[in-house]
Amino acid sequence: MATTTGRPPPWRDVRVLAWAVQLLVVALVVAVVWWLAGNYRANTSQQGLRTDWSYLDQPAQFPIPNSDFRQTQPVKDAILVGLANTLRLAITGVALATVFGILLGVGRLSQNFIVRSAARAYVEFVRNVPLLVLLVLAVLGIVQNAFPRPSDSWVLGPIAVINVRGTNAIWYEGQTWRFFVAVVVALLTGVLVARWRRAVAERTGQAARGGLYGLLAGVMVLVAAWLALGLGVTTPELEGARVRGGINMTPAYFASLLALVVYTSSHIAEIVRGSIQAVPLGQGEAADALALSGFQRTRYVVLPQALRIGVPPIGNQYLNLMKNSSLAAVISFPELTKVTQLAVANSAPAVPAYTLLLAIYLVISLAISFVVNLVNRRLAIVER
Amino acid sequence: METVLTETMAVPPPERPRPPAQGPGDWARRNLFRSPLDAVVTVVSAAAVGYVLYRLARYVFVTGRWEIIRVNLKLFMVGRYPADELWRVSVVVVAIALYGGVVAGFVAARQRRMGVAVERPAGWWRRGVDLVGRLWPLLGGTLLLLALCTTPGPWIMVGAAIVAAAIGRLVGPRLPQWSALPLVAAAGACFAVAVWFLLTPLGWDRWGGLMLNLFLAFTAIVLCFPLGVALALGRRSRLPLVRWLSIGYIELFRGVPLFVLLLLSNIALGLFWPPDDRWSSTVFGLVPDRPPGFVVRAIVAMALFTAAYVAEIVRGGLQSLPRGQSEAATALGLGPVRTMFLVVLPQALRNVIPALVGQFISLFKDTTLAAAAMEFLDLYGVREAVTSQTAFQGQNLTPEVLSFVMLVFWVGCITMSRESQRLERRLGVGRR
Repeated sequence: MATTTGRPPPWRDVRVLAWAVQLLVVALVVAVVWWLAGNYRANTSQQGLRTDWSYLDQPAQFPIPNSDFRQTQPVKDAILVGLANTLRLAITGVALATVFGILLGVGRLSQNFIVRSAARAYVEFVRNVPLLVLLVLAVLGIVQNAFPRPSDSWVLGPIAVINVRGTNAIWYEGQTWRFFVAVVVALLTGVLVARWRRAVAERTGQAARGGLYGLLAGVMVLVAAWLALGLGVTTPELEGARVRGGINMTPAYFASLLALVVYTSSHIAEIVRGSIQAVPLGQGEAADALALSGFQRTRYVVLPQALRIGVPPIGNQYLNLMKNSSLAAVISFPELTKVTQLAVANSAPAVPAYTLLLAIYLVISLAISFVVNLVNRRLAIVER
Repeated sequence: METVLTETMAVPPPERPRPPAQGPGDWARRNLFRSPLDAVVTVVSAAAVGYVLYRLARYVFVTGRWEIIRVNLKLFMVGRYPADELWRVSVVVVAIALYGGVVAGFVAARQRRMGVAVERPAGWWRRGVDLVGRLWPLLGGTLLLLALCTTPGPWIMVGAAIVAAAIGRLVGPRLPQWSALPLVAAAGACFAVAVWFLLTPLGWDRWGGLMLNLFLAFTAIVLCFPLGVALALGRRSRLPLVRWLSIGYIELFRGVPLFVLLLLSNIALGLFWPPDDRWSSTVFGLVPDRPPGFVVRAIVAMALFTAAYVAEIVRGGLQSLPRGQSEAATALGLGPVRTMFLVVLPQALRNVIPALVGQFISLFKDTTLAAAAMEFLDLYGVREAVTSQTAFQGQNLTPEVLSFVMLVFWVGCITMSRESQRLERRLGVGRR
């Protein structure tokens, strides 16, 4: 038969082969999953284990320290408490780790020998030890060993009172939503004022001083909103062996935060250093040639280009910090993982409980990478 | 005319910029006292650093109670491995040193043949200084451990390992050029033999110490490697179903914490194992123990987790390779499969070796999580057993133990990361 016209035989047809390969792979994956699922069903029925999700609505029967969670509440409420704790730890950790990481990364490039060497020693040490060991050391070595007993707490004026039972810090007083409203309004005002100043500067050629004006406006609006919404300030006070007022951080929370910030900031420092060094030297020299000040050189020339390189890996570090917060379970900080462990220990079925846990972490991770991608797209060079 | 010329001649030539002065005073002016503010920073930071160093020195030499480390050194290194079988560990260490020496020699000779310029100080004394400067954490750590030893065994082992590495370094360059693949195959075979050799006296669920950490990390990365490469290829595949499956796997495992996977694996891997009465439990004897022991549970979770990261690393390597490579292979008449496995993949993998070492380092650090999720006696997990011994009970010695554990991890990780940076420069990633 002449093969000049028509299609090649199916075993040489790329389209057919492509589908055959795909079907083969999918069949293989399905077979493995089906085999595992069969094993799981057989094993659980043999051992009489539950596999459904009804445990979520049953009473938890375990307490969660430092929360108003009651043992009679269902497991899903406990998981929500754990989620709130995880988010609290992760968000605070991300904020602090960013600040310290940038300081350390800039410190590694300092012209001052001592600052440079100290930052380098810190980064090279912390990056190369396991986080878990840091975490347990933070509890056993620092909080329980070095912190004073409650009666002779360290009192940092009205800002914080620190002792072995926990740390109390200055905080707002009043309803949470009012606090957030005040903060968001202040931030928005600051950003808008800074933008307006920049627009004025472009029109008139005056110095913008956007940051200064924005900050001032933001602070003024914050104070005004604070007073208008009836928010107060609570400061910690030492009364004998007890601490009153302020927001309380348990030793476990404090230690987890400390270890996560120390560990992640060392990784962020390396990224910051790498991305600043990746900006061609000529850029800084060009800024000097244009007689920009040191601040302007950093703010308008070096930093925007360094950020472009540094944002994706720093976003990865945020993700890692969030995932690493699961380690706080080891020192009994009641975040998601610890709550799930408690639930499983109190007769919740293991596979559904941990699957739910994985799903929650996955959703948070995807949310973080979504935000990072958004920021990254804004910063990326617009190419033709 | 002449006057103009003389006038021009009279203008002194512009002063040439002086090279920066080299004295210690100049160094201090540049690095410590650039400006008044800088001087303040120097004084303040020097005080802070001095205080931290003082506290550290006090902890190390005065307040730290290190007796617990000295007494339990064997427990930290090899766990409960029987004392009269320790020669097996020594043999394996010496064999690894020999192999490392051979590979280093082979690679160096190969680079010389290919004309890659490698800066290397001349003279054996300079080379020795260079080596110490490169490996001081490892050398210092080993010396510290040896100084803590009470028996001659470890000294003999380290001496033999150094001699073996030197012999390997001399033999390596003399191997024929085609030895690269046999060397890789030999590594796999030797690894299997070494594991079998170490397993003979007692099962791996009763291994412990640093040996277990290294074993877990190494096994997990070796096992995950084929899956990782397959996922990387799948993610770049033109076949949509394959691509989606790969993306799904990678994003799933990169989005969840390893610690939770280890907890799940610890509690539930047995539930996915074939039940006794089914045919599959006897397939090739591949599923030997039931329920799976700690080590299997840890390795399964770590390998599945790391495969996603390895896939992303390999994908980076594949993307960094110029298209010209595969086009050239196609022009030579190679099919897609041979293009991939003979031309693209080898170069891509060579380029990602440093990143893979980085992944291995982080996996090595993460082996401590396995101990936190299960009842291991690894370097981290052994602390409870040690601090509850009658001689050390109730003295709150965990900080000392953990400091030591941290130091051991630091020595291992800093050595690997520095060597991988050197390897990166040597391989000329991004330059060739």
